[in-house]
Amino acid sequence: MLPYLPATPEDENVILDQLGLKTADEVFHEIPQSIRLKKGLNLEGSKSELEVEGILKALSEQNLHAGNTPMFLGAGMYDHYIPSTVRYATGRSEFYTAYTPYQPEISQGTLQVIFEYQSMICAITGMDVSNASLYDGASAAAEAALLASSSTRRNQIIVSETVHPDTGRVLSTYMEQQGIELITVPMKDGITDLEVMNELVSKKTAAILIQTPNFLGYMEQVEELEKLIHQNKGLLILSVDPISLGLFKSPGEWGADIAIGDGQSLGNYMSFGGPALGFMACTKSLMRKMPGRIVGQTQDTDGRRGFVSTLQTREQHIRREKATSNICSNQALNALAASVYLTTMGKQGLQEVARQCYDKAHYAAETITKSDKYRLAYNQPFFKEFPVISSVSPENIQSTLLKNGIIGGYALERNYPMLKNCILYCVTEKRSKEEIDGLKQILEGMT
Amino acid sequence: MREYNKLIFECSKEGRKAYKLPESDIPSYELPASLARLEAAELPEVSEVDVIRHYANLSQKNYAVDLGIYPLGSCTMKYNPKINEEAARIPGFAQVHPLQPVETAQGALQLMSELEDMLCEITGMSAFSLQPSAGAQGEALGLMIIKAYHQSRGGSKRNKIIVPDSAHGTNPASAAMIGMDVVEVRSNKDGGVDVDALKEILNDEIAGLMLTNPSTLGLFEKNILEIADAVHDAGGLLYYDGANTNAIMGITRPGDMGFDVIHLNLHKTFSTPHGGGGPGSGPVGVAGHLEDFLPVPVITVKKNKYDLDYDRPLSVGKVKGFYGNFGVLVRAYAYILTMGAEGLKRVSEMSVLNANYMMDRLKEFYELPYDQTCMHEFVISHLKNNPADINTKQIAKRLLDFGVHPPTTYFPLIVHEAMMIEPTETESLESMEEFISAMIQIAKEAVENPEIIQTAPHNTSIKLLDEVSAARKPVVKWKGYKKDE
Amino acid sequence: MTILNELLYSKEHEWVKVEGNLARLGITDHAQSELGDVVYLELPEVDDEFSADDAIGVVESVKAASDLYTPVSGKVVEVNEELPDNPEAINEDPYGSWMIVLEMDDDSELKNLLSPEEYKEFCEQEG
Repeated sequence: MLPYLPATPEDENVILDQLGLKTADEVFHEIPQSIRLKKGLNLEGSKSELEVEGILKALSEQNLHAGNTPMFLGAGMYDHYIPSTVRYATGRSEFYTAYTPYQPEISQGTLQVIFEYQSMICAITGMDVSNASLYDGASAAAEAALLASSSTRRNQIIVSETVHPDTGRVLSTYMEQQGIELITVPMKDGITDLEVMNELVSKKTAAILIQTPNFLGYMEQVEELEKLIHQNKGLLILSVDPISLGLFKSPGEWGADIAIGDGQSLGNYMSFGGPALGFMACTKSLMRKMPGRIVGQTQDTDGRRGFVSTLQTREQHIRREKATSNICSNQALNALAASVYLTTMGKQGLQEVARQCYDKAHYAAETITKSDKYRLAYNQPFFKEFPVISSVSPENIQSTLLKNGIIGGYALERNYPMLKNCILYCVTEKRSKEEIDGLKQILEGMT
Repeated sequence: MREYNKLIFECSKEGRKAYKLPESDIPSYELPASLARLEAAELPEVSEVDVIRHYANLSQKNYAVDLGIYPLGSCTMKYNPKINEEAARIPGFAQVHPLQPVETAQGALQLMSELEDMLCEITGMSAFSLQPSAGAQGEALGLMIIKAYHQSRGGSKRNKIIVPDSAHGTNPASAAMIGMDVVEVRSNKDGGVDVDALKEILNDEIAGLMLTNPSTLGLFEKNILEIADAVHDAGGLLYYDGANTNAIMGITRPGDMGFDVIHLNLHKTFSTPHGGGGPGSGPVGVAGHLEDFLPVPVITVKKNKYDLDYDRPLSVGKVKGFYGNFGVLVRAYAYILTMGAEGLKRVSEMSVLNANYMMDRLKEFYELPYDQTCMHEFVISHLKNNPADINTKQIAKRLLDFGVHPPTTYFPLIVHEAMMIEPTETESLESMEEFISAMIQIAKEAVENPEIIQTAPHNTSIKLLDEVSAARKPVVKWKGYKKDE
Repeated sequence: MTILNELLYSKEHEWVKVEGNLARLGITDHAQSELGDVVYLELPEVDDEFSADDAIGVVESVKAASDLYTPVSGKVVEVNEELPDNPEAINEDPYGSWMIVLEMDDDSELKNLLSPEEYKEFCEQEG
């Protein structure tokens, strides 16, 4: 007997009797014999909780992690503080064992959480409307590009070379499928080359997609880019780090049409790359074209305030091949985590976290580059990540840091061949002055 | 029970805090004025007590599998084991950064690699990618692979995909998303694909056929071998929508049926929780001739050392950042370890027995559009004795009064007033009886007291919600912000 | 189901009022009844050109989204700008809620449409 299979042999007999069968096997009579498995699956036998725990423990102990190793690694996923309130909420089974809220009367918990999530995403991005989440930042970029193309009825997307490499890859995979032209604008001095962008943007361009802070950690020249694309009646898609919005100008303040990004930094564990949290918010005029679920406020027959999934007719289960997207499941539990995070940190907290990241990263940059072995790659404003060029090889640096129990930054050469011997360091609010000074000392001692 | 009706913003009071960060001992650096945010984001200001009470109260407004039966057909709402939740939270899994040097993440890579092997064995496919975030993303990836395969063989004319009229909405939506045209094939009177109709539309413009088996009607596709041959003979490939895999584990395998590409829904078959709508995971499995097209990176193992291979010239690219929803994969891995070979077979046996049992008990009162042995789910339509013309929506709302979750309604589209019921193997006779009694009671009320059904729900904390005005004049965020609408 | 005698009808449940070389379009009583409460309407723009049977817009209710088709080829000369802000009108008065006016390319296409009697029969058969 297995713990998740309640049927006793007696129960099974009751069922077989009701159906007039002798054995369970008879219920599969429709399946052709030639494809029936003649012997059991070649997997190990069932295991007890203690045995499963043992196997998992052994696997997990082979991994270094943010809990036992300070890391200066960012590049798309971040070691940020996650308050205990988040674990409390995501651990409540009324939230995590519930389904998509198709019967709103018994799903008000989930629906209200998402309504509040949508509201808070609008608050931090400064946009009018948010959806209930997409898979991650990279696929949100692809969805934003498709949205821009269909709403402007133009067939060209321009993206900067400075977006996260996975975003670039995912974009190119999806654009190719739909025959949308994807042009990549190179970087110059660590940010998007404005001159080249100027030459390329035209009335054929549906949108430009810019990430700020970009993959190298630098803030982009959004003001110029916004003017350029809007002059050509195209859309501005800004991909942002949600933590940065505690300090920096929001997409709404920049005049963006669509704001996207990854909400992993908002209360979600890195979990070796997923599940993450794609967010998308846009101007009012694009609301009905936005992919994904949207929760709206309404009232019941007694006038009580309540929440429902709305604008569902755009979605796959009704529109089918004409849907705005094929998305069905989203990242509801990760959106819950983000909501709880934003609620817990609140108006002051988001600013304080952003401020600590900013100060600590700038302190680290300053202190590391005191040594003439290291210099900042470019001289651009940055948030919590910065690339450092050195005379020492990245492999050397990484292995030395590991020997000292530190996970170093990301070697940029594999994605940007011109950036040899260049490492992207990330400093979040979780890094202490001691840890930063320790890093600096080890780096200084390298030859 | 407490009535709680506040939005978190309505609990906010300036100056309240729910957090405390360590004091910063770092000097402060100046921010360029032109980049600074003009107005701080209007997030709530509440105490930790408010936060906890808010979410605790909200959770009480949700029905969930941990509370009772959730027989949503096509969703496989089985029990979510708690050991899996603990597994995903182990710091050596939850706090690993995907870009750490591979030698510092060998345990994570090993878990993924072993999971791929397990899924190959369960499904009869040759290789897997664990990258897609959900079933729909898996479908999109699977179709991309089919497209790439044809292109590599000069068959770029093949841009149409056949989908049964009973298909889940994500099937045609995925096809459209990747620029393919959709051709529908009708179902026959037994609920399977009409093989003659299929043969008529197979030609050299067809890339393939997307099929769920068992179908969305919960019926096993009896002619699957003939269908597979027909599609392959016409030069097409066969795609398996694995949403209904719960019915066949240890019994048969899509690889053996002739499918070339499949996707699985870990949040259905493999017990990972639905989370209120996600996250899911939709791994894609392929037959040998399609391995080259899998997305990057591919997990490789040599002499017990795991690595990530990006050097795949024929790969279709990437559908998602990093490697997949690892947190979900850990749960599925733990589940397969727990169930083992014989456990998984038992899962399928009981899921099918339970469904047939419920169908048999209900067919006295509800119309069965397909009166034959079902698999893990079955479809009923309207009441047999229905003088007041009660519809499926009304039955669903009345079920809420009995404290159970209604089945899937109005799907599949080819059945009028459809209700699709899937108990899963984790429901006992007693919990199934709860649902069956409610359905039988409603059948009685339909004759003796139809008004109580027509005006349902009565016992829920909130009554029927106005979905029309929500769609006409959408209010999709809190209106109390200072910024104008 | 109300069917007006001075109009022509399409199999997609649209009505057509012929005004010289112009065709005024809307959806029928049968269509609005099947859809349920209309929540949203997407219409084409003036000067858009279409061939017969092209999809020209969308009518949405809570449970369905139906494409609007034009039974005749032509250029859009007028769009009912007020209707999208007031979608209830389509349910309350389907024949009074015109959606677009097309300048027809070829009025011989009108013979492909159904007369009121033919439309009545068509609806009965469909149901």
